[in-house]
Amino acid sequence: MAISLNWVNDYVDIKNEDKKTLAQKITDAGINVEKVISNNIANLVIGQIEKVEMHPDSDHLHVCLVNVGDKTLQIVCGASNVRVGLKVIVALEGAVLPGDFTIKKSKIRGVESNGMICALFELGLEEKNDETYAKGITELPDDAPVGEDPLEYLGYNDTLYELDLNPNRTDCNNHLPFAYEVAAALNKKVTMPDVSFKELDEDVNNYVSLDVKTDNVSMYNLMVAKDVVIKESPNFIKRRLEAAGVRSINNVVDISNYVMLEYGQPLHFFDKDVVGDKIVVRMAHDKEIIKTLDGVDRELTTEDIVISDGDTPLCVAGVMGGLNSGITEATKNILIESAIFNPYNIRYTSIRLGLRSEASLRLEKPLSYEFTLLAIKRACHLLEKYADAKIVKGIVTYDKVDKTPKVVDVSLESINSILGMNIKSEEVDNILEALGFTYTKKGDVYTVTIPNRRQDIYNQKEDIIEEIGRIYGYDNIEPTLPLIKTKKGEYRDNVKLRKIVSKKIRSLGFSEIRTYTLISEEETTKYDYHFGKTIKLLRPMLKEKSCVRQSILPSLVNVLLYNKEKKNNDVFIYEISNVYHEEEEYVENSHLAFGISGEYLNNTWNSLSYKVDFYLMKGIVENLLNYLGYNNRYTLSLSDSLPKEIHPKINSEITIDGKNVGYFGKLHPKVSKEDVYVCEIDLSEILEHKTGDVKYQELNKYPKVEKDVAFVVNKDIPSIDILKAIKKSGGKLLTDIKIFDVYTGDRIDENKKSIAYKLTFEDNTRTLTEEEVMEIFNKIILDVLEKFKATVRDK
Amino acid sequence: MHNEKIKEIESELKRIFEGSIDQKRLEELKVEYMGKNGKITVLNSLIKDVPNEEKKEFGMKVNELKNTFNTKYEEIKERLEEDLINEKLESEAIDVTLPGTNILSGSAHPIERIIESLESLLMSMGYDVVEGPEVEKDLYNFELLNLPKGHPARDAQDTFYIKGDEYLLRSQTSPVQVREMLKGEGKEPIRIICPGKTYRRDEDDATHSHEFTQMEGLLVDKNITLGDLKGTFEEIAKMLFGKGRSTRFRPSYYPFTEPSVEMDISCFNCNGKGCNICKGTGWITVGGAGMVNPIVLRNCGYDPDKWNGFAFGFGIERLAMLKYGVEDIRVFYMNHDVRMLKEFDRREY
Repeated sequence: MAISLNWVNDYVDIKNEDKKTLAQKITDAGINVEKVISNNIANLVIGQIEKVEMHPDSDHLHVCLVNVGDKTLQIVCGASNVRVGLKVIVALEGAVLPGDFTIKKSKIRGVESNGMICALFELGLEEKNDETYAKGITELPDDAPVGEDPLEYLGYNDTLYELDLNPNRTDCNNHLPFAYEVAAALNKKVTMPDVSFKELDEDVNNYVSLDVKTDNVSMYNLMVAKDVVIKESPNFIKRRLEAAGVRSINNVVDISNYVMLEYGQPLHFFDKDVVGDKIVVRMAHDKEIIKTLDGVDRELTTEDIVISDGDTPLCVAGVMGGLNSGITEATKNILIESAIFNPYNIRYTSIRLGLRSEASLRLEKPLSYEFTLLAIKRACHLLEKYADAKIVKGIVTYDKVDKTPKVVDVSLESINSILGMNIKSEEVDNILEALGFTYTKKGDVYTVTIPNRRQDIYNQKEDIIEEIGRIYGYDNIEPTLPLIKTKKGEYRDNVKLRKIVSKKIRSLGFSEIRTYTLISEEETTKYDYHFGKTIKLLRPMLKEKSCVRQSILPSLVNVLLYNKEKKNNDVFIYEISNVYHEEEEYVENSHLAFGISGEYLNNTWNSLSYKVDFYLMKGIVENLLNYLGYNNRYTLSLSDSLPKEIHPKINSEITIDGKNVGYFGKLHPKVSKEDVYVCEIDLSEILEHKTGDVKYQELNKYPKVEKDVAFVVNKDIPSIDILKAIKKSGGKLLTDIKIFDVYTGDRIDENKKSIAYKLTFEDNTRTLTEEEVMEIFNKIILDVLEKFKATVRDK
Repeated sequence: MHNEKIKEIESELKRIFEGSIDQKRLEELKVEYMGKNGKITVLNSLIKDVPNEEKKEFGMKVNELKNTFNTKYEEIKERLEEDLINEKLESEAIDVTLPGTNILSGSAHPIERIIESLESLLMSMGYDVVEGPEVEKDLYNFELLNLPKGHPARDAQDTFYIKGDEYLLRSQTSPVQVREMLKGEGKEPIRIICPGKTYRRDEDDATHSHEFTQMEGLLVDKNITLGDLKGTFEEIAKMLFGKGRSTRFRPSYYPFTEPSVEMDISCFNCNGKGCNICKGTGWITVGGAGMVNPIVLRNCGYDPDKWNGFAFGFGIERLAMLKYGVEDIRVFYMNHDVRMLKEFDRREY
């Protein structure tokens, strides 16, 4: 789809404009010209062949003498259709053909050649295929003027603009609306196309009756053109359609496309003799079948609009015609339709049937009723001129369009205060006139009437202000900062915790990853930790991305294992992301997941390393939870209800104030043979547990007393139980308990372990005496011995 | 005669101290001269034989001798200790050119880096950072933003729906703006940014991703101008791409803003001359923006006769691709090779 400037020139005079500068001007005003294509080729002339001889040294080359107007040139040519008298396209010395092929004087097998006789495909104006190749050099008509520019003669001489339009201005894909933009940029006036024609003294109502039975049509017009002669289109129509990327069929079909590309109003031509004298526009019946012109049976729904003969559907409105009702070589009389349908229905139907065409795309947007009426008249004008049609008098119309013009008041003050510019009143006058908007002025207030062709403009002053701004130029905006109350911005709600956690865990050596939220259904079953109902997409693009994840771990573990495969040994990664599940409402939680493998600390040449293990993971979790202020409020303990991907004996569930917030552990050997530890924490749940402010506590200035003791207990007793017991017996004066050794082995029973504790006693009001410390210490020992059937291990 | 004794010891010591003395010899000398029966100590007992008028002088000389010995002794002792330390240091020499111990250093994902730098700039300008759900209502993602059902502009954002046409994965972060305005109830001025994940039905390729990150900003207050938006954008552009960047606005279209603009920066690679990064134009589009459409203000409870404001939006991946020279958007989401992540473990100033 491109805009032909030859065509635009019919409506606004741009002959003398530099086409690149013009493109920039229009682009600056918001109609984005993406590419300027010129098919002018210098040093091409029309020549006439005066003499043809065989090349002395070849069985297929000819040596021709060609009159190019001011001289006669000898040119060697290989085409079989060269003959004396033929008018041809000659590329003279210096011409540059597509593919950067420069024509030079040369000798072809010893014979001098001063140019090249061309075929259109060699000029890039036709596709090169077997058919065009077989035709040889292009034969020009006898009236072609020797010595003139052949492209201009053929109507190929044109500059095309390829546009990249904003979705509200797709009307500019059509030449007349585009011309209005050109006129606005150049401050010129638009000349409207000729819509005049002679009318037969017959009443169109005698030819056709119209019944519109749905509210989804706001305007429907019919006219009748009789006795058309189907033939090839005139050159200019063919060229212009080609430029726009539409294939030429015949004069009648081409005219309907031509008018569409002029006004943006799609037309539909019926073969009047096939459709009869009655048109009923209605919604399709459910499951109604129509055979469209591509021969396919289409099943319709009650959302589709059809044009029928009262009974049988003839056409899916705006989308595709029926098989037998369209224009053929045999068509004599035409019923012309120019209508405005409900854009939503057209959109729905064309998407559902997979039939989006230039016509349906235009009908999906609001259309101007003024253009709807002009377009049908323009079609009559062209049919009369180029298809010898006789137009029946009158128009059959159904019309529910609200024709109240949109009128907007806008003050000069508000224009400048919203744009942050300083535009003068005369400049606003000029812009409104260039845009073709009518207005009246009272004081500094403009009352602007929006032309019906600008369906994109909404009834509010901001829309007018945008029009003025874009034409005046946004380069004229003076950058300022808002004059409003100063304040400091802050992270709100979840964001704050996320940022804190992110920074902390990064400082612990973790790198952040980001993985997809959408995963496969199979993946959603992994790391199932009290999962709810999985959210599935209605129409996923891929099976691998069809569900919303409830855990980050499936993706994070993939990344870990990927790195292992890549021999990236030390991997410490984390991700913070929202996860979702479905209850009565959709539930969103912010999760933190991290994983570790390899060595936390290492030096390869002196065998120093700290390989990851459960206790490193535990230390990281504790560090994080302490940092967040949950010291003494969380417990970490072995759980048998963790996901199956986690080692059943090397794991821990995390609870804060007795509520589960997540877990960590080693990956199950079925998932990975490597030592990989992972953790996932629900940050949204953590946020539920408030923490207090930091308060300074004076340090104890009295000496502390340390006592060591080692207990031998059964292996299966968790150290936390002993710790709790010691704490209970020790009371207030016992301020710290450290495990400094854990031993299993030869020197004690096989099913026993020894745990050594360093106990610290202190009081911040006085110095403790040895006696009172020993009293507590002995009580602790006795309690532990009794409670765990333990023995004290001798040193 | 007594004085001769002193002189004798004096010259004896001088000779000894000029020779080499080790730790052991030094301690021996101390005993030999200053010990209980040391040569200097015993001089004190000679004083009774000294005539009265010379006693004072003799005493002084003995003291002098003691001081000389002690000074010398301390001096040598210190030197010997110094030698000892130096020897030890010498023996402790290591090869400092061997590699240091690896300490892990964490890093923010490139997307997070861009977000954090935008946040810190905009928070200093008074914007709060807020978030909203990714599973969102059509009402907030589209309808209240002047994109009613069937609106052609919805085409550009082919959306993942979850339930009927009611719930979807948000195709933009704009619904956060809607939620914020509804919360403000038409009474409170608003200054927020909302970075977050968004979803569209795009085939993944070098420049498209079905999941990507947006950061939108919304300012609703009184007497705000397009110039204020431009000034704000200039701050952002300079923070991200350097002080030398110039900016421009081009007319554009978004249903939720009027007027709407594209925000361009002069190409940081060619400085506006034209290169393949800016496709020969000298300009790079980095985001979209505009004045909040009065329809949207009204939909969200703000009276457009009293309030106005602007909204802007950036694709964070696009900014990261431009800033770091990444050519494939999938780098941000797939197969995170830790070696790639490590490229982002340092600060920039």
